[in-house]
Amino acid sequence: MSESEVLDSDDAGETPATLTLPLDAWHRQRGARMVEFAGYWMPVQYAGEGGGIIAEHLWTRGHAGLFDVSHMGQLTVSGEAAAEALEALLPGEIAGLKPGRMRYSLLLDENGGILDDLIVTRRGADFYIVVNGATKWDDIGHLREHLPDAITLTHMDEHALLALQGPAAVQALTRLGIEPAREGGPPVEALRFMQGGGYRWQGRPLGISRSGYTGEDGFEISVRECDVTAFADAICDQPEVRPIGLGARDSLRLEAGLPLYGHDLSPETDPVSAGLAFAISKRRRADGGFPGAGRILALLASGTPRVRVGLTLDGRMAAREGAKVFTGDQEVGVVTSGGFSPSLQHPIAMAFVASDRSSPSTPLEIEMRGKRIAAHVVPLPFIPHRYVR
Amino acid sequence: MSRYYTKDHEWIEIAGDTGTVGITDYAQAQLGDITFVELPSSGQQVTRGSSVSVVDSVKAASDVYTPVSGTVADANHALTDAPELVNTDAEVGGWLFRVTLSDPAELDGLMDRAAYDLYVEGL
Repeated sequence: MSESEVLDSDDAGETPATLTLPLDAWHRQRGARMVEFAGYWMPVQYAGEGGGIIAEHLWTRGHAGLFDVSHMGQLTVSGEAAAEALEALLPGEIAGLKPGRMRYSLLLDENGGILDDLIVTRRGADFYIVVNGATKWDDIGHLREHLPDAITLTHMDEHALLALQGPAAVQALTRLGIEPAREGGPPVEALRFMQGGGYRWQGRPLGISRSGYTGEDGFEISVRECDVTAFADAICDQPEVRPIGLGARDSLRLEAGLPLYGHDLSPETDPVSAGLAFAISKRRRADGGFPGAGRILALLASGTPRVRVGLTLDGRMAAREGAKVFTGDQEVGVVTSGGFSPSLQHPIAMAFVASDRSSPSTPLEIEMRGKRIAAHVVPLPFIPHRYVR
Repeated sequence: MSRYYTKDHEWIEIAGDTGTVGITDYAQAQLGDITFVELPSSGQQVTRGSSVSVVDSVKAASDVYTPVSGTVADANHALTDAPELVNTDAEVGGWLFRVTLSDPAELDGLMDRAAYDLYVEGL
């Protein structure tokens, strides 16, 4: 027996040694199976009662799961005209972002290809940006090269990042006695989706936002490395909360229809084909001024030859990344993410297919190991989002 | 009856000229939740070391190689509706397929339980 595919890291080939996360020992104590991902040893799933990808996935949908996503890059950008400097690299409305508000955006190359997807938060005096783990070193290089000298870029590499996701996340977090750092700031339960702020827990600073990568209500929490073990213990002491590995993180985001950089998105992908046109803000469409604006605005007007869609598969055999999609003999697309949906109990996939084959219910076939699997197009997400807006 | 093991974590139990093949408990634990098993058809000719079955878990698809050459005699169709049997009962009820051996001498190269346990310990 041999694994022909694994949950792979994104070829961080030049990185010499695999790094450990601040919670490495914490994960191992909980029976985590550690795998290399994005240059770090990360928990793919936990052992024991309630462990395993399907159980962890369903626990998160029904209760609350704690994810360690400290491999992701936490950056700050500050300086006069920082918003304008970021707008030269991203297609989002950054200048008009109110303090405490967050925006999903894209780092674009000069052709409008996607270098990374990220979230920008305007804090009081600066911007806080979270980027993907596998791309963070390239992102930092790109930002240093393209941001003006007057702008300061800081890598918060002494901070861990946790995500608490699921319908019970709010009650578990509320019980910890977290207070706003600023007098008059909203309590954590008053935050709405894509809002964040500074908080304190037992005197320790936290950055908390209502956001995540599962489609559920939940929070992302930036915490100093020196405080993260105590904080993770306090959260996992709550009866609603279990630690959840990378495996379930992937199946949860797939059901939520959320793209994964390096798989569904790449420099060869433009935001319009990827179904991410919402990230190109209205003013930016009118004024342009972001990398690849000419091409992207033309694609917005004309449509793209292929688009990202959701597919639901007959039977139980999953389609994996790279599987070709057919209509009869004609190759019309490729799967970029696929797997078994624990919530729906059948396989699902995301694929880029020819636009004239992209409307819901269109029957398609996916080639896997020489066999054809019947599939059809369904609207994304597969599972409705339950954000608190 | 006797049972042998491969370095690829298959087991084969011999009764007369037929071998029943599955994956070991160690292997199922490594794979995690199994969601689908692709089974061979009866009558299919197979060669030792070739991929005969595929076990799909939530995170990966894994080939299962036949430890012996011969003809597929049967497959465990209970796995079509209950692939999780490979997780819960890998070395008994979660068997995958049966092969009528064409060359019983191929068994000589396989490990017994004690040798397999030592092999897994060293991984």
